[in-house]
Amino acid sequence: MKGNTVLDTLKVTSDTLHNTVDKNSDNGWILHHVMDGKTIDFAPFGEFRIPQIPTIFGLDITPTKHVFFMWISAILLIVIMTYVARGYKKSLIPRKFSNFFEIMIVFVRDEIARPTIGHGYEKFTPYLLTAFFFILFGNFLGLLPYSSTFTSNLGVTATLAGFTFIMTQFGGMRQNGIIGYWKGLVPHGVPLWMLPLMIPVEILGLLTKPFALAIRLFANMIAGHTVILALLGLIFFMKSIFVAPVSIGFALFINLLEMLVSLIQAYIFTMLSSLFIGMAVNQDH
Amino acid sequence: MNLAHLAAGIGAGLIIIGGGLGIGKLASSAMEASGRQPEAAGAIRTSMIIAAALIEGIAFFGLIICFMLVSKG
Repeated sequence: MKGNTVLDTLKVTSDTLHNTVDKNSDNGWILHHVMDGKTIDFAPFGEFRIPQIPTIFGLDITPTKHVFFMWISAILLIVIMTYVARGYKKSLIPRKFSNFFEIMIVFVRDEIARPTIGHGYEKFTPYLLTAFFFILFGNFLGLLPYSSTFTSNLGVTATLAGFTFIMTQFGGMRQNGIIGYWKGLVPHGVPLWMLPLMIPVEILGLLTKPFALAIRLFANMIAGHTVILALLGLIFFMKSIFVAPVSIGFALFINLLEMLVSLIQAYIFTMLSSLFIGMAVNQDH
Repeated sequence: MNLAHLAAGIGAGLIIIGGGLGIGKLASSAMEASGRQPEAAGAIRTSMIIAAALIEGIAFFGLIICFMLVSKG
């Protein structure tokens, strides 16, 4: 197979998932609700079809449902964070609303960034905070009615993992020098005959870590929403009203679990990102 | 006769066995450690949740493959 195997795998996955998004088929409706699409539907009231933008250089850049919710999350992030930051100009002790965000910001800085990166953690804290809050807002936005989770899109999570990859490589190269960083990948004191084995293993390790980050976030978000939709669809599948209390009870429980999983997955993404940055920056650990 | 659906079902079952065993072992040692030293229960709980999320991540790799099998068939 010529070409990049990783890109081929991603293409096959996304093609497969897209091919089952037939709204009226037996099990295609679940994926229709979870995956990206060009309509935002408000179920009993009809749907809003996003207008098509003419293609530029052959690329179709019409905003889809997930892009629309990414805009909402980004605008929410900008508005809230500038309000919180501006509150610090008046006094160092924040009021109620800023206090809530200060808890989380200090948590990310003191429990995630400082222990894992160690020396020089201030340079990477803005990226870690942005990633944490963007993913957190995205995951929680998906739990509201009529909205969709944009982190359940492999493109979005792969891009976020790509940002982490870029941060680790450039952070490591800036700290240890361009040649020094690549030499420092292989641990100290390894016998010479093991080098032909260690070097491909280390380089492969560099590539699989962001890949695992992307897939972990994507799969967790898709699995949660799929389970909720499947449980609610059981009512229609069994064609009986008596399934409804059980089904809705389970779906409520899974919804609450989804809230916990959203928080945990944002935390895990940020924690693993900072762990990789720490391993790249302070290589002698 | 669609073998892909059967494969997806068997695969999902095996994934659940693997994930359940892994997280069960993790939870049992966390409980034991909390029992031995109740002051460390908070730190143990945090590490347990992180490790559970990582093991769940591996289980979800297999889930994606099962989804691909179901929709291909």
